[in-house]
Amino acid sequence: MQAENLNSQFLRGIMVVTEKNIQIYYTKPPIIIFGLLFPLFMFLAFYLGKELDFQIFFPRLLAMFLFFIASSVGPLITPWEKQAGTYERLLSFPVNINTIILGDSAAGMIFGIMINLVVLAAGLIFLNYNLNILFLIAGTLLGALCFSSLGVLLASPSVPNPSYIMMLSSLIRFPLIFISGIFIPIENLHGIGRILTYFSPITYLVDIFNYSFTSQSHISIIIDFTTLLIFSLIFICGANKLHKRNLMKGL
Amino acid sequence: MCIIRVERLQKRFKSIVAVDNVSFGVEKGEIFGFLGPNGAGKTTTIRMLTGLLTPDSGDVFIDGIDMRQSPIIAKMKMGVIPEMGNVYVDLTAKQNIILSGKFYGISRGELDRIADDLLDRFELSERRDDLVKNFSKGMKQRVNIASAIVHSPEILFLDEPTSGLDVQSQRLIKDIIKEMNQTGTTIFLTTHNIEEANILCDRVGIINRGKIAAIDTPERLKRAFEETQSVEISFDKPIDGSLIEESKMVSRVEKRGDKWKLYTDNPDKLVKYLAEFAQDRDLAFTSMEICGASLEDAFMKLTEVRERAS
Ligand SMILES: Nc1ncnc2c1ncn2[C@@H]1O[C@H](COP(=O)(O)OP(=O)(O)OP(=O)(O)O)[C@@H](O)[C@H]1O
Ligand SMILES: [Mg+2]
Repeated sequence: MQAENLNSQFLRGIMVVTEKNIQIYYTKPPIIIFGLLFPLFMFLAFYLGKELDFQIFFPRLLAMFLFFIASSVGPLITPWEKQAGTYERLLSFPVNINTIILGDSAAGMIFGIMINLVVLAAGLIFLNYNLNILFLIAGTLLGALCFSSLGVLLASPSVPNPSYIMMLSSLIRFPLIFISGIFIPIENLHGIGRILTYFSPITYLVDIFNYSFTSQSHISIIIDFTTLLIFSLIFICGANKLHKRNLMKGL
Repeated sequence: MCIIRVERLQKRFKSIVAVDNVSFGVEKGEIFGFLGPNGAGKTTTIRMLTGLLTPDSGDVFIDGIDMRQSPIIAKMKMGVIPEMGNVYVDLTAKQNIILSGKFYGISRGELDRIADDLLDRFELSERRDDLVKNFSKGMKQRVNIASAIVHSPEILFLDEPTSGLDVQSQRLIKDIIKEMNQTGTTIFLTTHNIEEANILCDRVGIINRGKIAAIDTPERLKRAFEETQSVEISFDKPIDGSLIEESKMVSRVEKRGDKWKLYTDNPDKLVKYLAEFAQDRDLAFTSMEICGASLEDAFMKLTEVRERAS
């Protein structure tokens, strides 16, 4: 078989894995809870406490939703499949670990983008922006890829029960929200607080969204995209390494 | 040419050597059984043959394709039913089969037809649109096998396909295996049931503690196996063991305390003989027990034979 056939087999594998994930995992309770309800409650808690200018806060809200939802799918899939005994079957299809990682990541991306479209549409009914559509789309795509690959990376440890991964992923995802520029805008932060924000990939997406909605950026749109891309690559490569290492563990 | 060729395969987990220098070949069209007790290394071997585990050393060739170099091309040729493997319980029987078919690039229309055929063949037609969640173990296993053969693979790997199933499901699965084989599919299966190996397989490889003890036809292996049956007996008076040995009805005699352990391939005949033997000599039985053949003993025996030969 030629390389071309192998490539099409690889792409087909990713698509079938993605489709399977959508069919099976989108309606699982942990995704609804950790992906949808959490950001909603966090937003409400934050919003109800303060007088907030929605016009300014909305781009950050959008970034938070994308982060929570896109990264909630990955942590569920592999641990769940290992426990249910479907993982070994999946591996026996003509796929390799990258097919599975990218298929899991794509499922998170698609879910994140779908919900983001809904939130965006709702926001645009009430708010008025001079949107930079191109940056909004590019930012959403790259952000979704970055956060969903983080989700897949978080699924790599071998654990006795999928709920461990849910805990671990919350333990990592919440601090990333808190150190990002979502709740306290990056321009109001100084010293260590400001430095910390640079470690959260969400910060860069917030900056892209701010720019797309209000034409104001506090970092630099080029740095934002580059950094998100680097984060994505690190997450995907890390997921590849760790998933490979733990491939047959916990079956 | 061998459709499965395995050369000096080795896999260790920390201190355990799970598969130790295993080499064998399976001919095209053959049903090859891998027989061994728990922990023998059957699953580890099958996982290496199907590209799930990478061997520490040694090679696997599937239809001449090097598993290390082109695992995906090799995997296209095989169907795999893993030991612990399960289908998706959140999908229906038909959805599971279709999902599997998509991985092999079968077109949607054809897939629909194949899935219906398979559901018929596995007596699942009436439940085709029910979630697998509500299926019995045997039905799940049938969905499992149907999904694994959706692309008519050249080689079918089954890891203990009938363990834990009722007689009816077992028979159905055995029938399917034979049927697949008659249409040219090479079958590689593992089992720890010697009867199953005997009924199904053209050749059987016996594996114990990671090493192949023997590869032979099931009849010949069965004979070795039968010779591990025994009768344990004790009398009220001491006797001369050689008298029993002279009867030519036992293959081996062991004395254990006041008990005699007499190995035979026909315990029934031996017991009848012993009754006469005791009658003639005015002996009384104080205990008697027929011990069935033990797989473990057969493995030990075969391993010993092999070690003596080498
Ligand atoms: N992932 C693993 N990590 C550590 N040890 C393992 C692993 N898989 C198998 N082993 C060990 O390797 C040996 C062979 O196991 P294997 O599962 O291949 O046996 P088996 O013949 O399939 O047994 P069974 O009849 O119980 O299925 C066993 O001692 C087992 O404990
Ligand atoms: Mg096993």
